[in-house]
Amino acid sequence: MCTTCGCGEGETRIEGHEHAHDHSHHGHDHVHKHEQHHDYGRGPAHAHAPGLSQSRMLQIEEDILGKNNEYAVANRRWFADHRVLTLNLVSSPGSGKTTLLTRSIDDMKDELKLSVIEGDQQTANDADRIRETGVKALQINTGKGCHLDAHMIGHALESLKPDENSVLFIENVGNLVCPAAFDLGEAHKVAILSVTEGEDKPIKYPDMFHAADLMLLNKIDLLPYVQFDVDKCIEYAHRINPAIKVLKVSATSGEGMSNWYQWIKTTRQLAMIGQ
Amino acid sequence: MHEMSLCEGVLQILEDHARSQGFEQVKTVWLEIGGLSGVEPEAMTFCFDAVMRNTLAHQARLEIIKLPGQAWCMHCAKTVQVQQRFDPCPDCASYQLQITGGDEMRIKELEVE
Repeated sequence: MCTTCGCGEGETRIEGHEHAHDHSHHGHDHVHKHEQHHDYGRGPAHAHAPGLSQSRMLQIEEDILGKNNEYAVANRRWFADHRVLTLNLVSSPGSGKTTLLTRSIDDMKDELKLSVIEGDQQTANDADRIRETGVKALQINTGKGCHLDAHMIGHALESLKPDENSVLFIENVGNLVCPAAFDLGEAHKVAILSVTEGEDKPIKYPDMFHAADLMLLNKIDLLPYVQFDVDKCIEYAHRINPAIKVLKVSATSGEGMSNWYQWIKTTRQLAMIGQ
Repeated sequence: MHEMSLCEGVLQILEDHARSQGFEQVKTVWLEIGGLSGVEPEAMTFCFDAVMRNTLAHQARLEIIKLPGQAWCMHCAKTVQVQQRFDPCPDCASYQLQITGGDEMRIKELEVE
C-alpha cells in the first residue's frame, strides 16, 4: 500500500479517479538490511552484553488520526486558496439529506456556484440525483467503510475541481458515529436530524452533535403527525454543544429553508473577510 | 466506533516508524484512549489482533491506557471529571461544561525489536 498518500485502501472508489498519479515514491533506494544488525547497544538498558533482549522502547506520541488530520489540513489550505466554503453534511440514513441538498441547490444555484461530493457505501444514485439539478457532483463509494476521510476528499477534489468562490457540500455516509472523528478539512459540520427520528438523538450520539456547528431539524412539516418534542431536542443538543445553532426546516414544504440559505451566505461572507 | 479503521491507522503508523527508526518487529503497543473518544477498548483489542495478523506487529501485545474525560465547569470555574459529553458538573449540576480532555486516541509508546 502506498504510504505517502495511503492509496489502494480496500474498496474505496472515487468516480473518474483512475489512480494515475505518480507513485514513484515507492521506488526509493533506501534499503534496510536489518538482518545483519548486531548492535547490542540498542536494548532497553542499552546493554552491550550478549544474551540480553534486543527490544527497545520508542516514545512516539502519535495521534492515530494524525494521517487523516494532515490530509485535512492540506484540504483546508486548498479550500482557502480557492475561496471555497466547504460544508460537511452528516446525519443518520433517511434524515432527508439528499432531498434537502437538491432543494437547496435548486434554490441557490442562480446566486452561488455550487458543487457536491457524495459519500455512500455503494451506488452512484445520489450523485445522479444531484447532477439532475445541473451542478457538478462526484460520488465516492466507501465500500465497507463507514465514513469519508480527508484522503478521499483530497483525491475527489482533483477530479471534481470545484470553482473558485464556490460552495462545496460534502454529503457524508449516513452514520452519526464514525464521521464525527474524521476531519475532512471542511469549514463546518452540519448535522441533519429529522423529526421522524427520536428527539434524544443528540444525547444518544453526542460525538456528532458535539462536532457540528449547525443542526438542521428537518421534516418539520410532519410535526403534527409524529411524537417529537422540538424544545426537548434543542435542549439536548445544547447540553452536548452549547454553541450549536439550530434551524428548523422542511425540504419538502420549503419552510425555514431561507434561514439555511442565509446562514450559508453569511458564513461564506465571514470566511471571505481577510482573505 | 470504527475500531477496525483505527487499527489500520495504527498499523500504518507502525510501518512508517519501522522504516524511519529501523525496527522489524513490534512487541508491545501502548495506546492512550480518552473516555470521550468514542473508542471501545474491548473492540479495539479485538480488531487489533485481527489487523496485526501477519504484519510486523503479529501477536504484539496491546496495552490501553484509559484517560478520563475532563471538562471546565463555567459555574465552578474549575476542571471536573465527566463520564460522557452530556454529563452535568458533578459538583454543581450545571450543564455549562467545556470539554477539555478525554478525546485522545494516541500511540504513546512502542516496544520494538
